[in-house]
Amino acid sequence: MLQIISLLVENKPGALMRVTGVLSARGYNIESLTVARTLDPTLSRMTIVVDVDPNLRRQVIKQMNRLVNVLQATDMTEEPAVAREMVLLRVRASMEQRTAILKEAEIFKARVVDSSVEGFALECTGDPEKLDEFIDVMRAYGNIEVTRSGMVAVALEPKKLRLAGPIPAGAKAETTNGVVNG
Amino acid sequence: MPSLMSGAEILLECLMREGVDCIFGYPGGVTLPLYDSMYENPIRHVLVRHEQNACFAAEGYARSTGKVGVCCATSGPGATNLVTALVDALMDSIPVVALTGQVSTKLIGSDAFQEADTFGITRSCTKHNYLVKNVADLPQVVHEAFYLASSGRPGPVLVDLPKDVLQAQAHYQPITSIHLPGYKIYTEGHTGQIRRAAQMMWQAKRPLVYAGGGIVAAGASEELRELVEILDVPAVCTLMGLGGLSSSHRNFISMPGMHGSYAANMAMTNADLLIALGVRFDDRVTGRLSAFAPHAKVIHVDIDPAEIGKNRAADLPIVGDCKRVLAKMIVLLREMAPQEAERGRADREAWWKMIRDWQREHPLVPAVSSTEIKPQHVMKEIDRLSAGEAIVSTDVGQHQMWAAQFIRFHHPRRWLSSGGLGSMGFGLPAAIGAAFAHPDKTVFAIVGDGGFQMSVPELATLVNHGLNVKVVIVNNGYLGMVRQWQELFYNNRLCGVELSGFPDIEKLAAAYGLPGRTVESPLDLAPALEEAVETLGPYLLNVKVTPTENVYPMVPAGAALNEMVLGPPQPAPVPK
Repeated sequence: MLQIISLLVENKPGALMRVTGVLSARGYNIESLTVARTLDPTLSRMTIVVDVDPNLRRQVIKQMNRLVNVLQATDMTEEPAVAREMVLLRVRASMEQRTAILKEAEIFKARVVDSSVEGFALECTGDPEKLDEFIDVMRAYGNIEVTRSGMVAVALEPKKLRLAGPIPAGAKAETTNGVVNG
Repeated sequence: MPSLMSGAEILLECLMREGVDCIFGYPGGVTLPLYDSMYENPIRHVLVRHEQNACFAAEGYARSTGKVGVCCATSGPGATNLVTALVDALMDSIPVVALTGQVSTKLIGSDAFQEADTFGITRSCTKHNYLVKNVADLPQVVHEAFYLASSGRPGPVLVDLPKDVLQAQAHYQPITSIHLPGYKIYTEGHTGQIRRAAQMMWQAKRPLVYAGGGIVAAGASEELRELVEILDVPAVCTLMGLGGLSSSHRNFISMPGMHGSYAANMAMTNADLLIALGVRFDDRVTGRLSAFAPHAKVIHVDIDPAEIGKNRAADLPIVGDCKRVLAKMIVLLREMAPQEAERGRADREAWWKMIRDWQREHPLVPAVSSTEIKPQHVMKEIDRLSAGEAIVSTDVGQHQMWAAQFIRFHHPRRWLSSGGLGSMGFGLPAAIGAAFAHPDKTVFAIVGDGGFQMSVPELATLVNHGLNVKVVIVNNGYLGMVRQWQELFYNNRLCGVELSGFPDIEKLAAAYGLPGRTVESPLDLAPALEEAVETLGPYLLNVKVTPTENVYPMVPAGAALNEMVLGPPQPAPVPK
């Protein structure tokens, strides 16, 4: 079963590598991964879909939370969340097929983003199963070319974000006041 | 207007503000600007003979002081040579800051001379790492690196420094604060959890303290001793935790695990409560995990939330610094003692009787022979000379296990050993690092003939600085631990373990210019060790020991702790 991990990370070089390193070190293959800036341009939101042994998932997320550049890693698999993916699809369409293709696209609420004598470029958003079906249907019309965005997800309940505060430079570790009490 | 300084000067200024007095390093092309600035800087540079040993020496410094150890290497091969020792520090949670040179920012990614992707290579070898691309970021990065290395769960942090960044001129402005919003440390422990833990401790019938490197890292030895005494509970210390509780404490029942004592392993197996303090339930401690401490509830105190429940589920987790959590725990335990101590007394006495019986049945006794030197005998003699006070570093293998079994430590930070990674070649450079931090102390570097030959070049460093390090080679002519496994589990088909061609140690010592000798007779052992200790400065002692001695007790791989093998198979009795 696929799992969705959502991370808030500092937008710094190497941050992506550190996060994916937690998975690759264990030999896990990432199904999909999206990264983009948040409202705060110094932060990025990362959504990872990965097939991690459920027993190890908590451990993996703890190890991600341990990373200095990660502000928060959360498990979205069993939480109230919406997940969506987008597909961009190019389909070759003969003159006779064009109407049928547009009808099918309408059923899937796909939009035409480009139209030419050769065919259409279509954009469709939804959950991955819906997109699988959409792709299957379009394949019936001949050669298609597909790019999927990977999953993006948002939690439906607000998550409290706990951050460490600033500490004086050169301070000894024991006298740290930036400690978050457990 | 702040003064104009070069990146290298700014770096050294920041190091001085962090209290650095000594850097173990090896120069190269791109670190030339740094070395040029070091020329007139009070920070001492110690030239080692291989970059790996620079980082091991920094570890020895850090392990023996608790301060951050600093090492330095050039780009490319210099940086890649650090990798083993960085992982070593990561596995054992040792605070180290590694400074590496890098080719100029314009050249990065062009396969320039001595270029390697150090930032990428060391990502998984460090707690955190940096590539500094702008001299203005340098002070921030250096102070962050020291803070990260030494706080929370300590570990190595690497700072990669392109040559042009070291050369660039900038107005230096001291940094007043650092802010790492994602770096959360939970030191205090949950008050409610601590209270519940205290109740569990009093209610347990067969409690056992299982203390590890976290006690040493947190400086929680005093708190541990108090806890053990209030509860009068038996305690084991892992390889990393040795010295966390004095080996001479009456409640200390030695080390558990693959080569742990019978009493320690039986106590682990029969305990009904494990008080796990700064440990990570390593496979070398637990044996077969599914059969580990089957009757025990687990209280797990650790500063790293990712360690809780990793290998063994905790019935009562406490995320916090061992020192702070134990200090709070002690107050509660004291408050509860008047009502609780009496109630469980009979159970505790029965538990102690079991423990003392196990200790009597199969005590850890060093083998001694009158005809040949047993390796255990070497440890016994070193223990006699140290009397719990000396700093002892070891390499990895059989001698390491014998040293852990038979040498006592009355204080933390005297026992320096590569635990998690098990890196051969660690012993001598780590002893050098410790000797720089403790010039007044005797430091033993106990090494095998295998690991010694991985670190031979550091004899020059030893001699250069006249360090008070006594190198004791436990020489059995084999890669002993591998040979032991081949003997026991591979039908004694010895392959690749015979270390023939060992150098003449008297000649080797003479060539490097330090006193050295070989002993073969048990009668010569004690006098030779005494001579080594009495000789000022370094000494090289080659002790030829029984070649085929094995380490016992031994928990075979995949076995449970109570399935340990106590000694070599006895010859079948002769039928009458």
